[in-house]
Amino acid sequence: MPRETAVDFAIDRVQVLAPDGSVDEELDPDLPEDRLLGLYRTMKLSRRLDERAIALQRRGELGTYAPAIGQEAAQVGSAGALSESDWMVTSFRETPAYLTRGTPPHVLLWYAMGMEEGAAVPRETRNMPPSVPVGSQALHAAGLGWAQEIRDEDAATIGYFGDGATSEGDVYEALNLAGVYSSHAVFFCQNNQYAISVPREKQTKAETLAQKAISAGIEGVQVDGNDVLGTYAVTRDALESARGGDPVLVEALTYRRSLHTTADDPSVYRLEEEEAEWEARDPIERFEAYLRDRGALSDERIAEIEASIEDELAEEIERAKEGAQRIDPADMFEYVYATAPPELERQRADFGGESDGE
Amino acid sequence: MSTEARPGAGTPGTETMTVREAIRAALREEMERDDRVFLMGEDVATFGGVFDVSDGLLDEFGDERIRDTPISEAGFTGAGVGAAATGSRPVIEIMFSDFLGVPMEQIMNQMAKMRYMFGGKTDMPVTVRTTEGGGMGAASQHSGTVHTWFAHFPGLLAVTPGTPAAAKGLLKSAIRSDDPVFFFENKMIYEQEGDVPTDPDFTIPLGEAHVEREGDDVTVVATQRLVGESLSAADELDGEVSVEVIDLRSLYPLDTDTLVESVEKTGRLVVADESPLSYGVHAEVMARINDRAFFSLDAPMQRVGVPDTHIPFSPALEAEVLPDADDVRAAVENVT
Ligand SMILES: Cc1ncc(C[n+]2csc(CCOP(=O)(O)OP(=O)(O)O)c2C)c(N)n1
Repeated sequence: MPRETAVDFAIDRVQVLAPDGSVDEELDPDLPEDRLLGLYRTMKLSRRLDERAIALQRRGELGTYAPAIGQEAAQVGSAGALSESDWMVTSFRETPAYLTRGTPPHVLLWYAMGMEEGAAVPRETRNMPPSVPVGSQALHAAGLGWAQEIRDEDAATIGYFGDGATSEGDVYEALNLAGVYSSHAVFFCQNNQYAISVPREKQTKAETLAQKAISAGIEGVQVDGNDVLGTYAVTRDALESARGGDPVLVEALTYRRSLHTTADDPSVYRLEEEEAEWEARDPIERFEAYLRDRGALSDERIAEIEASIEDELAEEIERAKEGAQRIDPADMFEYVYATAPPELERQRADFGGESDGE
Repeated sequence: MSTEARPGAGTPGTETMTVREAIRAALREEMERDDRVFLMGEDVATFGGVFDVSDGLLDEFGDERIRDTPISEAGFTGAGVGAAATGSRPVIEIMFSDFLGVPMEQIMNQMAKMRYMFGGKTDMPVTVRTTEGGGMGAASQHSGTVHTWFAHFPGLLAVTPGTPAAAKGLLKSAIRSDDPVFFFENKMIYEQEGDVPTDPDFTIPLGEAHVEREGDDVTVVATQRLVGESLSAADELDGEVSVEVIDLRSLYPLDTDTLVESVEKTGRLVVADESPLSYGVHAEVMARINDRAFFSLDAPMQRVGVPDTHIPFSPALEAEVLPDADDVRAAVENVT
């Protein structure tokens, strides 16, 4: 036969909690009610933190900030599936994921205020700080997962990036390296439909982003990114596979409902009708309706949760602001090197004098 | 475009525009003049560029000539090299110069070397536009000034305009050049206004510095944002010290003649550039003066720049680290 199918590939799409509230019994991760409520609260907390952070940036109290409004299910579900021994590697839009991993809001605000405490890598939390150069961190995830394989650790690494990042060579190389080295990596691509102004269709002709895994010989799967039960279940399975040396690429289909960053104006490149469609698919509302149906939430309970979030954020923002006042201008010389070279020491000594020059 | 036209304040044949408008006008004029010219980069078409520089050009020229690319700097820079080698004249936008590391292989080993390695048989008429500089609270990975790397590398040319006229004239020359030119836009001066010649044949040759203000006592050679800062410092010092301010405009080729002529007159030199101090533009300018005008010097040459650090995210630290008119003034006072 001169021409035949050499290999056949397929990409699955997973949804556990449908927009109409129905749940797929077989795929349902069956989390206990307190876990479900915990995920719900984190999603709400993240939404409010984003809203407050945008307001703080507008008042000049915060640097450029990238909100994750609309992507809470994608992140809280996936980060919620991590265990304490797993590592998390992020891009710059992972507020919900950090909150899920226990990073307090004031630390995230410190990062956006330019405080080094906001970017610390406390070993025990196993979270890397944000990475802004698009796609670069996928390689770190591949490498961390490779180390886990070499050390024979029963742990995995999740690496977050966006749809736009899949066009970078770094991401292809990360997928490929992960496959070759049996890295314990789960690549979690949040396809939020836009890379700044550029829509997903202009990023690649591929029908799915998950299928980019195929060329690296690793597994790829799509999940409804606005379904927190779905992102949890898919990531839990992917992490299990990665711990055994089989990396996975997960594509979560979601939508960036707010700004790219506080420097953006989405009205230039997308229609209000489209935004309205995705508002109707909001991940928090879907989950809230489900929890109400189960009897886990009532108006009263929701009001309590909202009040506790407001209190928590008021305190956390206060704490962030107090901390930010401690900045000393000479700090700018810190951390360029482990051992400051003599010329830098001399520049530091001159600093405080009249000129930035010599 | 006529909607933007404001007759120039003093000079006939000019109109007042911002640096942003001047760059846009240069792109428009060169695209009208030569249909081999096209622009590509991230968010340059529908969005008009993240700093609005190419705003409106998509409507004027269509999506074949104003192209949004995937986030693939190595990809579209390499594609631009191929296009340039075969007769197109691409203008490539790298959103932030901090991301020039991504396409660096294409730049170092292809763009810069192809003509040489092919014995002069290929032209490389590519222009790379990119943004530099701190001041926006955008952190280290969006605030760097990296132009020295490109000025240093054989086969590449590099320009750093400090005024709207320089921006327009240099970009037009860059696009017309058969060699690769890096065009560095300081993102804090997009709103700065100045008079710009309207004649579509107006260009500024690559490799010419420009005396922005004449003076007798001290020469300040500045680039980009620091041209305006140096002019402010000169104004403040008016009556005490007579300061000559030169916009260097081109880093490579570098107009040694204009600098030497000025230093022979003043005997004193301050170089102001936002790069880190070590191995920077400052050092090259000083070395050229050392070679050609050493015996005209009455005082040690001074440099104003950024210490050998990255640009901090914290606005308080960022304001400290960035040089401004006060730093230029202090350097001038140091030598007078
Ligand atoms: C290497 C690099 N190129 C360009 C940029 C500028 N930039 C910042 S975010 C972004 C879009 C990223 O889109 P995507 O990967 O889909 O993530 P999202 O912002 O949607 O979360 C771009 C182009 C950058 N930070 N790094």
